[in-house]
Amino acid sequence: MTDVTLRVWRGDASGGDFEEYVTEQNEGEVVLDLIHRIQATEAPDLACRWNCKAGKCGSCAAEINGKPRLLCMTRMDQLPEGPVTVTPMKTFPIIRDLVTDVSFNYRMAEKVPALLPPPMPEEGYRMFQEDVERGQEFRKCIECFMCQDVCHVIRDHEENKTNYAGPRFFIRYAELEMHPLDTNDRRDFIREEAGLGYCNITKCCTEVCPEHIKITDNAIIPLKERVVDAHYDPVAWLGRKIRRKTKTKAADAAVQPAP
Amino acid sequence: MTYEHHEYDVVIIGAGGAGLRAAVEAKQQGLSVALITKSLLGKAHTVMAEGGMAAAMGNVYPEDNWKVHFRDTMRGGKYLNNYRMAELHAKEAPQRVLELEQWGALFDRTKDGKIQQRDFGGHRYARLAHVGDRTGLELIRTLQQKVVSMGTDVFMECKVLKLVHDLEGRIAGCVAYWRATGEFVTFSAKAVILATGGSGKSWKFTSNSWEGTGDGHAMALWAGAKLIDMECIQFHPTGMVWPLSVRGLLVTEGVRGDGGVLRNSEGKRFMFNYVADMFRAETAETEEEADKWYDDHTAGRRPPELLPRDEVARAINAEVKAGRGSPHGGVYLDIASRRSPEFIRRRLPSMYHQFMELAGVDITKEPMEIGPTNHYIMGGVQVDAESAETAVPGLFAAGEVTGGMHGANRLGGNSLSDLIVFGRRAGLGAVAYVQAGAVAREMNMAEVEAAVAEALAPFDAEEGENPYDIQRDLQEMMQANVGIIRTESELLEAAAALDAFSDRLKKIKVKGGRAYNPGWNLATDLPAMLAVCQCVTRGATLRQESRGGHTREDYPNADPTFATFNLAHRSDGGNWDSPIFTERSPLLPIPAELKALLEEAH
Repeated sequence: MTDVTLRVWRGDASGGDFEEYVTEQNEGEVVLDLIHRIQATEAPDLACRWNCKAGKCGSCAAEINGKPRLLCMTRMDQLPEGPVTVTPMKTFPIIRDLVTDVSFNYRMAEKVPALLPPPMPEEGYRMFQEDVERGQEFRKCIECFMCQDVCHVIRDHEENKTNYAGPRFFIRYAELEMHPLDTNDRRDFIREEAGLGYCNITKCCTEVCPEHIKITDNAIIPLKERVVDAHYDPVAWLGRKIRRKTKTKAADAAVQPAP
Repeated sequence: MTYEHHEYDVVIIGAGGAGLRAAVEAKQQGLSVALITKSLLGKAHTVMAEGGMAAAMGNVYPEDNWKVHFRDTMRGGKYLNNYRMAELHAKEAPQRVLELEQWGALFDRTKDGKIQQRDFGGHRYARLAHVGDRTGLELIRTLQQKVVSMGTDVFMECKVLKLVHDLEGRIAGCVAYWRATGEFVTFSAKAVILATGGSGKSWKFTSNSWEGTGDGHAMALWAGAKLIDMECIQFHPTGMVWPLSVRGLLVTEGVRGDGGVLRNSEGKRFMFNYVADMFRAETAETEEEADKWYDDHTAGRRPPELLPRDEVARAINAEVKAGRGSPHGGVYLDIASRRSPEFIRRRLPSMYHQFMELAGVDITKEPMEIGPTNHYIMGGVQVDAESAETAVPGLFAAGEVTGGMHGANRLGGNSLSDLIVFGRRAGLGAVAYVQAGAVAREMNMAEVEAAVAEALAPFDAEEGENPYDIQRDLQEMMQANVGIIRTESELLEAAAALDAFSDRLKKIKVKGGRAYNPGWNLATDLPAMLAVCQCVTRGATLRQESRGGHTREDYPNADPTFATFNLAHRSDGGNWDSPIFTERSPLLPIPAELKALLEEAH
């Protein structure tokens, strides 16, 4: 057991400052353990969002020494020695202390045109492991919104928040576009409403993803190829016509009875 | 006072699997629906479920069907179940799982393109539909996306304090506060569905997230409903034990379903020594026989590691007590020596990361140290199996907050399927009740004012205790006295201690303001935590036998006379400090044709 100093940002929408807490640290502890210890002793009103404390729910995202991290998965013994700085995610408005207003993400979720599958046969759809695996990678997302936090398009430009869905929703769109059952066409929507063109592929989102989803390589770049290029490039436009047929074919196959 | 106010046909409290599924159903029937959650949408405890959801689809073993699933559930529950719930669950689960795929779920597949199913304890056949070891995330995301696409009104980080009646005693709505501002808000509703989940947070070592404070159990009790089987608590056999900071965190049963075995400090597979008579005929006698079973269920009988959870948890407890435990007071769960690293990483990716990142253990190379952790409460609100209605008109309940479905012990995988089967039924039940028309009209505002005054009291105190101190002491007391093995002297000690906690709750002092104040939020959770602890302790004292998730050192055997009733608790007064009464509530008699299924030799 050792003592360690945490510098925690405290305040609300009207402003705030760092407060220093010296607290004990035991073997194997994560930053969230220390925040909890501070709450249980000297600052019961220190606001911090968390649920599972197991890296599965994505509630406790904040910035540790300036980098987006999950408080529950960041071990103290893996941080450099010296005071540890904990601040709220910068891209979202402050509610209090480490808690931010992430409603931007829920508004973007409301806009997503839903999956449009063919009617389900009585015995269920047929899909194959290799066809569901691409979507499964994106469905690992725990919605911690750290990819949104770190994305320069909205981190540094508040005005872009009205017409930019962000990396979390680009993987959602990629998932739907690659879904074996989907027959919906979202390509114009993704370009015009979700603002895919704003992304300049700096891969910051991929670097912070706690689920190690290859956001840029496996979702954004393929989406750009399908959506942005299709719009400007007549050859891709032709490919798009052909692809639409392929998409319908895949969905058709899923409702065929077993051989 | 006047408060922000909303009006809906149906208000659903809790946005885990059951609440979301109920919302889909009520919304599909054209009613106005509000979904209230004390966290953000998509963060409920369902997200932590790992192994899968049980449904007798027969995709891997065509021999499987609802009758076998029903039998397994009742045997696992040691016959304390509401048989009708177990029957409906077994019959309807396959359709509920299949429909998730229409809404976007992507389950792992069999070679011929069907939903893959895995083995779990107590299930005769491989029956759990799954996505690696993150099935709960898939369930919650699928339902969340469905609910959002339907345009449902969701109230996030909104904590419900109490249900409110009309002057005739029907449920008329609820009173809540926004966590962000601390401002109060009232919801009037023709029907309310409780889907608030469990109560593990009253114990020190638990797999539950902070939300598991038994809010719905307590609100139902205070509103006039009955809680049954509260003594039946599932201690999951495999929680992490080290480092201390993650003690209790779940390690999926899928590890054992996929070939992992339990060993003591001598390296022995000790579970062979703990096979109860009830399961002897279907359990392997040698390691060789057990190992054949994984590939072909007809080549040998089941490994004893896959007995129901209550059996395995007690065995681990006994090994540790006998001095054959691991350095940190658990035993070893070994899959590294039995399966290839590629297999382990593909089938159990979350477990791989969880141990690597939190404990520095590579589970493809080393065994895991594990021990029992408070995981699930079988007990809860007594409901009608068909409609999910409680004894209070207009109040419905679904999911972990209910009792009866799982009897004295729940089988792994039966929880996620419970959520979707009875979440849907609660939605339908509420719709039918609303459409029948005999609904509440106006909230009794005196109840609202009383709840608000109670919630604000900790701010007015000149001095008093930090709510975190009370929570810690309560967790330690329950862990010590009402844990996995119980005895009368400790239970009486617990009952006396709970009286003292009741006094301490009246003297809480909260620091700071009302806006996003976790100390205050905890102070408003504590009355519910206490109510759950009181019912659990009363039930555990009165059930003088051992059955499922209730083990008495002083009454080590099951007693047939206790197999005929549930212990039911009700509140006399409806306040958090009102006295609780406990009575015997006879079990539903099982029809002969279903009884025959239970007695069938397999």
